[in-house]
Amino acid sequence: MIPELGQFSLILALLLALVQSILPLAGAARNIPAWMSVARPAARAQFLFVAIAFGCLAYSFLTNDFSVLNVTQHSFSRLPPIYRFAATWGSHEGSLLLWTLILGLWTMAVTLFSRHLPDDMVARVIGVMGLVSFGLLLFMITTSNPFVRMLPAAMDGSDLNPMLQDPGMVAHPPILYMGYVGFSVAFAFAMAALISGKLDASWARWSRPWTTAAWAFLTLGIMMGSWWAYYELGWGGWWFWDPTENASLMPWLVGTALIHSLAVTEKRGSFKAWTVFLAIGAFSLSLLGTFLVRSGVLSSVHSFATDPARGLFILAFLAVVIGGSLLLFAFRASQVGLGGRFALVSRESFLMANNILLLTATGSVLLGTLYPLFLDALDLGKISVGPPYFNAVFVPLVTPLLFLIGVGPLARWKQAKVPELASRLKWGFAASLIVALLLPLTLGAWKPLVSLGYLLALWIVVTVAIGVQGRLRTTTAWSANFYGMNLAHLGVAVTVIGITMVSSYETERNVRMNEGDTVTLKNYTFIFKGAKDHDGPNYQASRGTLEVSRNGRHVTTLYPEKRTYLASGMPFTESAIDYGFTRDLYVALGEPLGGGAWSVRLFHKPFVVWIWIGAVLMAMGGVLAITDRRYRITSRKKERGAA
Amino acid sequence: MKTRHKKLILIGVAVIGLGVVATLVLNAFRSNLVFFFTPTQVAKGEAPLDRAFRIGGLVESGSLRREPDGVTAHFRVTDKAQTIPVTYKGLLPDLFKEGKGVVAQGRLNNNVFVADQVLAKHDENYMPPEAASALEQAQKTQKTLVLPQEGK
Repeated sequence: MIPELGQFSLILALLLALVQSILPLAGAARNIPAWMSVARPAARAQFLFVAIAFGCLAYSFLTNDFSVLNVTQHSFSRLPPIYRFAATWGSHEGSLLLWTLILGLWTMAVTLFSRHLPDDMVARVIGVMGLVSFGLLLFMITTSNPFVRMLPAAMDGSDLNPMLQDPGMVAHPPILYMGYVGFSVAFAFAMAALISGKLDASWARWSRPWTTAAWAFLTLGIMMGSWWAYYELGWGGWWFWDPTENASLMPWLVGTALIHSLAVTEKRGSFKAWTVFLAIGAFSLSLLGTFLVRSGVLSSVHSFATDPARGLFILAFLAVVIGGSLLLFAFRASQVGLGGRFALVSRESFLMANNILLLTATGSVLLGTLYPLFLDALDLGKISVGPPYFNAVFVPLVTPLLFLIGVGPLARWKQAKVPELASRLKWGFAASLIVALLLPLTLGAWKPLVSLGYLLALWIVVTVAIGVQGRLRTTTAWSANFYGMNLAHLGVAVTVIGITMVSSYETERNVRMNEGDTVTLKNYTFIFKGAKDHDGPNYQASRGTLEVSRNGRHVTTLYPEKRTYLASGMPFTESAIDYGFTRDLYVALGEPLGGGAWSVRLFHKPFVVWIWIGAVLMAMGGVLAITDRRYRITSRKKERGAA
Repeated sequence: MKTRHKKLILIGVAVIGLGVVATLVLNAFRSNLVFFFTPTQVAKGEAPLDRAFRIGGLVESGSLRREPDGVTAHFRVTDKAQTIPVTYKGLLPDLFKEGKGVVAQGRLNNNVFVADQVLAKHDENYMPPEAASALEQAQKTQKTLVLPQEGK
């Protein structure tokens, strides 16, 4: 009964999405206020029904309704309830439903926080979001229905993939999707501006806080994914350049370009067409990323051949969204006109360089991710593109980008004076350079890449300090936007230090350990105390015990596990980590080698948590920037002016 | 005139910059591509000797052997037509099992494939696509090789 209710809600939501898009868009085109006013209630009703559908699916998972195929395939009666709930979005179908739910959430937010916008703008924005929602709901109902029953019902489920049975995986997908889907708001604003032909600075101001919010969520989502991969996969890596990771990195790179380009459009009126293009790009890549990861195409491009309806729908949907928006862009972009002029050296030109670098990076990731898929799909052979390619491309692209973080915010709009910039920055640069050259000597071996990493990180810190000091000299007034930007830039510096340290100074050992054996890594001594059986709710495990001491003093005890999950019989390595501000100690069990001996993998990872702390600072900077009163004050003024 | 000059210079710099970047990216791409070969192709000598590549297939049953250090493993990868001996120093992934699919990346050294990476996949039932295709290809060639290379 409950699954049928969910199915019915989905169909109602589909119809409402159609109403939500057609009436307001037509109303805005013909200037019929009654039609436009349908936008808000239709969007809210649509959200309500998607939420009911989601609730029904979650209910089926929580109550172990194994007559639902999706539940049977992705859950298990002895799975702890929190993971049964998370299993709701553990499948292709369920994750699409989550995606649609979050799209509804963002649309809901637009209906609530858009009172200051002109009615036709709101109608178009909500209408465009309704079209996206319609496409996804149609996809779900026709090819990926999460509520399909199976008769007779199964006795029990085949369990959720063990890798997903983790607290991090409960929070990671919703937050990542908040980021992906959040770009739909920027996309809808851009589309609305294109349709209306009013591409002035105001649409940039309206969409800026939304875009920054989406970006902050995406930053956090990627950070959680990276952290999860670090502790859950047992390989100790924090970024693998895996297609699933690249799929989330691409919208992030374009989104980062977008929030910088929006700043120019809002403040100076330049880059208007470019900003629209980026808004289209960020959302298109979000869609592409969702489908790449969720359609199974990554594990086999030929999964499209086994389920042609799904593949065709995805391709058609992407073609309509990307092609349609680019077509509209092509028609309208020529009418946009130029914004404020700027000189060769100015904040605008630095931000333009930032955008070019970010897009080049996106292009190189896209090439490395899609090219192997294309070759395979066309049966031209199998290739893979690994970390060496991405590292070779990213270091030279990111180096000037990080350097620009230091210069850009200090340069004047319109025209900056090189001598003035140089005199403000020369001491900061000299100090960063000297420290960066000498610091690695105290860490052991001097390596050029370490010095480069430190130079860039210190450069960002010093220039942020110069910028803040310069502002405090003229005004002590609070500006959430200004301090948010600086916080985010500091976050970049923190992440750069983390990456530099862990990639240059980490130590790894793979060894055979008998009971009582010791291994020493960077002053830390690990004693293996053997492994014992240990039973979890839905798995059996061998749990190893390792005492860690430093200079004879006890530091911690680590309990890595080797699990076998009951339903799937799948073996799984659960690593044990002692987190620290300047180093992580990381242990994972390999295999039993007989006689109580195990192969063990041990890591000493300096500063690795800095990578994620930096990402959190970036997201916090974004959140801070959104609270800027400017967005609210200017909108209130507008309202008063209109009234 | 002056502004036009400036514009031309700007465009010129942008075009040259893009060209340089594109060249660098494509170069990095070409030199870091890793090609895939089936055991049959390796046995025929089609695989490169001077760069890393990937092989895939099944881990031959009964072929896994560990050295006393506990972390160096020897096994054979087969596509049911040909087998390639592989050595790997490090911990094998969770889903590495005899008789199951595997993909390894490394170099050929005296007809032994020295792997620096053995790939783990995420699912018990799931065969790495490269391993699956190696088996498929080997099956096809075995069928078509009913009248094999006598003519050569």
